[in-house]
Amino acid sequence: MSEIIKVGMADLKTCKSPDGITTLGLGSCVGIAIRDPVTLVGGLAHIMLPDSTAIRNSASNIAKFADTGIVELVRQMELLGAKRSRMVAKIAGGAAMFASARSDIVQVGQRNVEATEETLKKLNIPIIAKDCGANYGRTVIFFPETGEYHIRAVGKAETII
Amino acid sequence: MGEVSLEEVSEKYYDVLKEIGNIGAGNAMTALSQMLQSKVDMQVPQVKLLELSEMSEMMGGEEQIMAAVYLGVEGDIAGSMMFLIEKASAKHLISKVMMGMAPEGDDFTDIELSALKEVGNIITGAYLNSLAVMTNMKIFPTPPDLSVDMVGAILSVPAIEFGIMGDKILLIQSKFFDEVEIDGYFILIPDLESYSKILASLGIPVD
Repeated sequence: MSEIIKVGMADLKTCKSPDGITTLGLGSCVGIAIRDPVTLVGGLAHIMLPDSTAIRNSASNIAKFADTGIVELVRQMELLGAKRSRMVAKIAGGAAMFASARSDIVQVGQRNVEATEETLKKLNIPIIAKDCGANYGRTVIFFPETGEYHIRAVGKAETII
Repeated sequence: MGEVSLEEVSEKYYDVLKEIGNIGAGNAMTALSQMLQSKVDMQVPQVKLLELSEMSEMMGGEEQIMAAVYLGVEGDIAGSMMFLIEKASAKHLISKVMMGMAPEGDDFTDIELSALKEVGNIITGAYLNSLAVMTNMKIFPTPPDLSVDMVGAILSVPAIEFGIMGDKILLIQSKFFDEVEIDGYFILIPDLESYSKILASLGIPVD
């Protein structure tokens, strides 16, 4: 029996096919799904903020930040036998939930996406699909077996990227 | 105040913050009652310092659909504020405000969204006004914005604001009754400096 592993906010988990991995209600946060198509090891990180170096006490939870969270996710996947040279990523989230809120907060979704792209680039992991931005929340489910990244939003049909 | 975190301040001055929350929520309900022109009863609000995941759970899980009004707070203090209610409760309030003229159906029409934003504006305005009177400070709300979406996604916004400072959020849960029971939640997000300003204005020295 395969199971679906749940990832909380500012959290990350890995899994192996046929298990799947999910995170609920991504807002300005970004859900980064990474997969090694050979070993079928997958991982999902739910990051909240772009940059750990900008925050005091950032060591408290490395899964909270794009820069440290993605590096940790990749490290944990490698422990399960995944090879970084084969890894590919799909990303979703980074919405601006409220248009007129304080501008630094409005932009955090976009900055999360940019920081995610930058970190993945540094790790040489290509982004092969993304569904980011806009003003709505997303629930995502990732299946390392097929690489399908399912995205659900309120009042919208489920999409697969 | 040196290297004190928001969480430490919130824990240390919990009773004061709780009382501020009580009075604010009371004022908000009075404003709501005036707007609806009917009696609104409320229970003593619950004030809690929670992790974000606990907060989503309390509201029915990350995918629970909630309506949230979010606005900035300016003047002598800086930060933002959010008021959340469950979708069905929002529908009920709107239909009262629109005196039964609200359309049927599960989704919100533009006019309903606009009415809901106004309800949120009045409730949060009354809350902030009571805080301003209590502390004798100038506190101005910025225009409100509304989102009806999964609560996990909505809460990511204050979580990020708090996440910049600490990890727990101060939540004020206010149960009120008009004909039906409605759960409303207030989240006030002052920056750390504003916290000490609020406390100092109440004659509480922050060390």
